[in-house]
Amino acid sequence: MKFAVCVFPGSNCDYDTYYVIRDLLEKKVDFVYYNQKDLSSYDCVVLPGGFSFGDYLRPGALAARTPLAQAIVDFALKGKLVLGICNGFQILTELELLPGALLPNSSLKFICRDVYLKVENANTPLTKKLEEGEILRIPIAHHDGRYYVPQETLKEMEERNQILFRYTDEKGITSELANPNGSVAHIAGVMNKDKNVFGMMPHPERASEDILGSHDGLMLWYSLISE
Amino acid sequence: MGGSWKLHGLTKEEYDKIVNFLKREPTEVELGILGALWSEHCSYKSSKKLLKKLPSSAEWVVQGPGENAGVVEIDDKVWIAFKIESHNHPSFIEPFHGAATGVGGIIRDILSMGARPVALADSLRFADPREVLSKSLLKGVVAGISFYGNSVGIPTVAGETVFEECYKTNPLVNAFCLGIMPAGRIYKARATRADQILILIGSATGRDGIQGAVMASEELGDNAEEKKPTVQIGDPFFGKKLIEAVLEVVEKNLVIGIQDLGAAGLAGAVSEIASKSKLGAEIYLEKVPLREKDMTPYEILLSESQERMLLVIEDENLKSVEEIATKYHLSCAVVGKTIERNRLRVLYREKPVADLPVSLIVEEAPIYTRPVEEPSYLEKLNSFDQESLPMPDLSEALRKILSSPNISSKSWIYSQYDYQVGTNTVIKPGGDAAVIRLKWVVKPEVKTEKAVAISSEGNGRMVLLNPYEGGKYVVAEACRNVACVGAKPLAITDCLNFGNPERPDIMWQLTKTIEGMAKACDILSVPVVSGNVSLYNETVEGEHLRNIYPTPVVVCVGVLEDIRRCVNIYYRGTADLLLIGDISRASNVGGSEYLKVIHGKVAGNVPKVNLQKEKKLIEALTELIKKDMILSAHDISMGGLLVNVLESLFPTKLGAELEIYSDERADFFLFAEMPTRVVISVDPSKSEEIRDFLEERDLEWMYIGKVVPQRVFKVSYNGRDLLEENLENLKEVWEKSLEEIL
Repeated sequence: MKFAVCVFPGSNCDYDTYYVIRDLLEKKVDFVYYNQKDLSSYDCVVLPGGFSFGDYLRPGALAARTPLAQAIVDFALKGKLVLGICNGFQILTELELLPGALLPNSSLKFICRDVYLKVENANTPLTKKLEEGEILRIPIAHHDGRYYVPQETLKEMEERNQILFRYTDEKGITSELANPNGSVAHIAGVMNKDKNVFGMMPHPERASEDILGSHDGLMLWYSLISE
Repeated sequence: MGGSWKLHGLTKEEYDKIVNFLKREPTEVELGILGALWSEHCSYKSSKKLLKKLPSSAEWVVQGPGENAGVVEIDDKVWIAFKIESHNHPSFIEPFHGAATGVGGIIRDILSMGARPVALADSLRFADPREVLSKSLLKGVVAGISFYGNSVGIPTVAGETVFEECYKTNPLVNAFCLGIMPAGRIYKARATRADQILILIGSATGRDGIQGAVMASEELGDNAEEKKPTVQIGDPFFGKKLIEAVLEVVEKNLVIGIQDLGAAGLAGAVSEIASKSKLGAEIYLEKVPLREKDMTPYEILLSESQERMLLVIEDENLKSVEEIATKYHLSCAVVGKTIERNRLRVLYREKPVADLPVSLIVEEAPIYTRPVEEPSYLEKLNSFDQESLPMPDLSEALRKILSSPNISSKSWIYSQYDYQVGTNTVIKPGGDAAVIRLKWVVKPEVKTEKAVAISSEGNGRMVLLNPYEGGKYVVAEACRNVACVGAKPLAITDCLNFGNPERPDIMWQLTKTIEGMAKACDILSVPVVSGNVSLYNETVEGEHLRNIYPTPVVVCVGVLEDIRRCVNIYYRGTADLLLIGDISRASNVGGSEYLKVIHGKVAGNVPKVNLQKEKKLIEALTELIKKDMILSAHDISMGGLLVNVLESLFPTKLGAELEIYSDERADFFLFAEMPTRVVISVDPSKSEEIRDFLEERDLEWMYIGKVVPQRVFKVSYNGRDLLEENLENLKEVWEKSLEEIL
């Protein structure tokens, strides 16, 4: 299995993601740049976190208009795996590969801390190594992470099991206090209808080694590479 | 030119020196260059002689002071570069961009050494955050650091924030950056011969920040608002692209020397390279890419526009460097070349606008031995007798101290910083020191089992009460903090924030502080490898003069042999608690938060650091942690012993029962901020072994109680119950107090 890690000017979790894939998963991985158009040799494309194009205009808006973004759309339409983390998630919603949008946090401040996530759907390529209802501790670090979709879309997404993760407390209970950014229905991660495009605000690459305080993110990577 | 020197921050005597040297009147552009380069900020004219007192060498020091950053060897594979710098004046005038460009500037200092910047820290000082001005300064500064550091993708892992009235109109914003490089690969601001070309890469040049260095070398008055145009504007997106581009140029071996553009802009950078290379340089101002129309030669030369670097390269590499710049959408232009003659020749459309000997700009910059006089305030403050203090209600006092902005949790601040990007942050903010893994995957690939610990300290109150002892206190505490996570202190970088050096009492403070620091550095074997001096931190408001406390901010960097062997301040389970170090001496509440918050006094004597004991304590801690013998360590600092234990308890699910036996007054023992004291938690089965270990090393220990599984906090003193508190309640006071103010 071969990965591509997308690099837009201003991406800054590109190296961290690359490290997890190359050194921890021991899989093949290349950086692909914003002006590249060919993704045909890859099985999975990861859009890492950061501030692509400085987040100017709107997070993800400019990255979504690059040649690479168009290649990602074509790649996703072929049913191949696409994962967007943080800024990558914002880009995927800008591309409308995922429903909804990510608005400024309700505190209007950047938030960096560990959060607890409950796995809502364990029957996807990103979560199949996990159990439904399992609680993960993974860090967030964002200014614009408040997930929003209109109520009717939310209902459809819930019916189709498109919600991957919700913010909870360590016991798995949702509350205003446990929702760090004001996301609708406490949503931290979603997927598309076809179950091949995934977006999440928390950073699994930052929770993939015990030495960094948590390895709860590792199972997401293992899920992706398991046949 | 009658009086025009004043506009450039020069004195009449300095101006006369220039005229004598040149045997003619300088042009306006020349005066601009000299005004900037002879400013206190660039030339260190008041402090240069004193700074020589600080030890700066050791076997492991690759590069001491004098370059863009100090460099220290970690092992035969990895070196680290680090430095701290002030951005105090700009942050008062425009807090958001002042702080943001402080971060951007220190990053480029590290980048200039050819290193990959991997960690940031910020040391901040404001007045009481309940005051409107201080609150808005704090919010602006934190937002600026968050804006720049997060976007540029370098984690902000350490720092401190202190509140004291003296910083009301002179807030301190000191930014630190650490970078990693493969051993043996160091870059400097150098050319190797004449006819090497000078490339300006990064952002285009605008009118921002002109005369910034002069502004930073003056006291602030009622006209601070008018000085806004002297503050630079930061763009972290360009900063990020510049980092990647410069490291690519370095990785491909296309560059000879690197210098960032900071104070005094292009004039400063070119003079630096010419002077250090013992060459001269020509600059062609019309070649500089501009973002504003009709800029004058003066403005182009002295603009402090951010996100720019000067590269010295061979002609044959020009095309490759241009390609890299294009890849990152950066402007890139040949703006000059080195020449044999020792002159800085600045041309605009082929007409010379400045022609000065480089030696006049750099080596001939004035150096002053300013008069010193012991300040009169000392006698009064030092004569304070702590025995005269009334005994407060201890439970109430504890709550009040926990709610003080100085003690209250700073998570409101650091949770706005991305402290994890880079996936190297092993010990996160909130403890005694941050621990950073030394790993990078490409550009440059770096890997080692070792890690570094970073801690910043700068207790201005202690330095005010006794600059010499305070200087020792600050260095010792920074080193002790690093040892508390298990690292061996390697070296320090310092930022000396003081008032107006033209006042003899301020000069006395500076002199004594440096002497105290030098003594501590010497005994503790931590050379000073880089740093910065920020003077003129005073405000004149009509008749009233406000000076800051003398505030040396010291960042200690230590090395951990094995990244898996480090401890945090947090208790990990039931354990015995031992207070270790220098503990038999009388506790002295001089300069403590207790004295300030409970009794309303900043007075007393500074507890003197016994440096020999400190050295032994540091060595013992490092060894105990390396051998995996202790569960946690946390040094006594602001707030004293009770605050120390509570900080180690709050984020856990544990409690503590303290049993203290002492013939001192309880408030002194529990709240004094005595140096060389650390609380360790140990597995009870290892308690005896550890006590023997300490006794062999001539260190004192005292059993002070235990960590228990129940969420309780009880203190008995000489067998009598002294305190029994609701721990969750105390935690809330500590967690929420600062946040609620903001």
